[in-house]
Amino acid sequence: MNNKEELLKSKEERALEKKRLKQEKYYMSSQWQLMGRKLLKHKLAIFSIVLLGILYFCMIFSDFIAPEDLENYSAKYSDSPITKIHTVHEGKFIGPFVYAQKFKFNDYGQKMYYEDTATPHRISLFVKGTPYKLLGFIKGDVHLYGVKNEDGTPSDVKVLILGADNLGRDMFSRILLGSKVSLTVPLLGTAISFVLAVIIGGVSGFYGGIIDTIIQRIIEVFMSFPTLPLWMALSAAIPTGISVTNVYILITIIMSLLSWPGLARTVRGRFLSLKKEDYVLAARLAGVSDFKIIVKHLVPGFMSYLIVNLTLGIPNMILGETSMSFLGLGMRAPATSWGVLLQECKSINNIANCPWKLIPLVFVAITVLAFNFLGDGLRDAADPYK
Amino acid sequence: MSEVILKVNNLCKYFDSKGVTIRAVNDISFEMEKGETVGIVGESGCGKTTLGRTIVGAYVPSSGSAEYRAADGEVYDLSNIDKKKMKELRKEIQMIFQDPYSSLDPRMTVFDIISEPLKANFKLKKEEIEEKVKFIAEKVGLKTEFLKRYPHAFSGGQRQRIGIARALVMYPRLIICDEAVSALDVSVQAQVVNLLKDLQKDMDLTYIFISHDLSVVEHISDRVGVMYLGRMVEYADTASIFEKPMHPYTEALLSAVPIPDPDMNNERIPLAGEIPNPANPPKGCPFHTRCRYCTEKCHTEVPEFREREKGHFVACHLTDTSMIKGIVKPKEGM
Repeated sequence: MNNKEELLKSKEERALEKKRLKQEKYYMSSQWQLMGRKLLKHKLAIFSIVLLGILYFCMIFSDFIAPEDLENYSAKYSDSPITKIHTVHEGKFIGPFVYAQKFKFNDYGQKMYYEDTATPHRISLFVKGTPYKLLGFIKGDVHLYGVKNEDGTPSDVKVLILGADNLGRDMFSRILLGSKVSLTVPLLGTAISFVLAVIIGGVSGFYGGIIDTIIQRIIEVFMSFPTLPLWMALSAAIPTGISVTNVYILITIIMSLLSWPGLARTVRGRFLSLKKEDYVLAARLAGVSDFKIIVKHLVPGFMSYLIVNLTLGIPNMILGETSMSFLGLGMRAPATSWGVLLQECKSINNIANCPWKLIPLVFVAITVLAFNFLGDGLRDAADPYK
Repeated sequence: MSEVILKVNNLCKYFDSKGVTIRAVNDISFEMEKGETVGIVGESGCGKTTLGRTIVGAYVPSSGSAEYRAADGEVYDLSNIDKKKMKELRKEIQMIFQDPYSSLDPRMTVFDIISEPLKANFKLKKEEIEEKVKFIAEKVGLKTEFLKRYPHAFSGGQRQRIGIARALVMYPRLIICDEAVSALDVSVQAQVVNLLKDLQKDMDLTYIFISHDLSVVEHISDRVGVMYLGRMVEYADTASIFEKPMHPYTEALLSAVPIPDPDMNNERIPLAGEIPNPANPPKGCPFHTRCRYCTEKCHTEVPEFREREKGHFVACHLTDTSMIKGIVKPKEGM
């Protein structure tokens, strides 16, 4: 009896101790840890992080996951619809396979695809195909899936899980490979505008006075430009003959040139309000130098807000790059991005007969939404002290 | 109590905003001795905080001087001093802030907050800093294991202790307490005030205690200065201010202090109207618009701030004629 009571007591004590430790952990959490705790409670933001994680993971390994490269033209597969994946051939289960796509012309001269059900082509994993360099330096020629001939060489039967474009290239491969541009331009662009915003906004907010006034007026001029015509003007200035890499860099710069003014405003505003905080005065009175005050008090103070604004700015960049490329002002074939892929949707014929060509739009929408939800969650978590 | 540590002469601090000059601190003079506590009282917006911040060097005064006798015995004019020397004097003059929430950076641990002044001013080894911070933390009543926490773990009173520890870590001589206890609830106020008093004895500190709470000021101060509209209207030792005020404004303020004795018949002297706009102060005596003894002379002439009795300074034309009451304190034991 006594023993039992003691046991109960120690159990209670342990529970109390556990609670105390948990409390202590909360007390010792830094701003970022507190933000993380709050963000974890935002279900939609967590879902978005997972989704974006998958997208970026696929982007990094796109050369491996995509069964083809960008230049795998094939007249045989031009405008081919999504390939059906079967498992049962002539009443026998033989695992996932596809039939070769054949086509004939109907009475109106339209290309009609049908399946040649004579021979099944097994889909195998890790198939040898076109060589690539993963991340630019890991050489390889193995692709995640594909169809191979009996002797192990790549077959010309294609598994088009998202259909083909009008040159017979696999849409899925193109979307994956295009994401290399569409998913990185916004990140790089935001990084550039982040640097510009912190420097220009910081100078404006910290020094104030006439410097502040001049910078603010310049920002207003930048913000009053209509974006689309400015893009068009700037993109038109990109010479046609230059390499894909250079076009990519130029587009990134154009995107960031147009997004820094808003961010710089945010930085300036936070600077101004943080400058008046008592703890900044306390640091000044303690003899801390201006530079140290900026680095230790002001920058950490607005960093969370800036990250929120950066995240919420990314969708605009994605949409911007997509629209530019769609209009033919950004990336140009054979280089690709989601905007380039959507170019084919300019004609009603394509949309009506090959609706799978709109699939890049789904990727754009998902990414934009995910970044928006993530930004939303971050905004709620940005100030854990309120 | 002999050495004068701070002598403020005709100190002014004006703020210019959109062409309007606000005289937040207007021609203030007083002196204080080492080891004493001077309370500064007045309503909101009368310039108490500006006065404190000007003395501590957060603002550059518009005119006048604040002569401070440093530890090395030299006298420096804080209003006109080169940056290098000022940095040295910062170690000696520190400030405790009103709001225990906004005065601590939420992104730094308590240890970082308290050690920041040390790191900025001395080249110390890590262990030395740690030792000093721990010592001061214990002194203000913070457990050493609290040092790893962030400010969000603490209540207002504990946060104020952190702020006090930060001010004390360099062993200053003069501390400006800007409404240091106003944001705390009453029981915690008493703790912090007593802590400040103990520390004063322990570390030989001189306080300028800015507050709007007369009972706290009475409790802690040796001398009290009463401010109105940027000016000092009365300055004397605590007992004479509370028992024999000479300025009608002080009288009105004192009449508003509740006395916990039902037998005391205390007449409230209500102040008519609002505090005038400091950008456009009334001509003559700044208090004449609300003074119940106001005469013709008060409308035109600014009264001189001068010593009426020994150590009792007043700025009022009517000190000799008016019937100004103090508080008749119930004798102890009754």
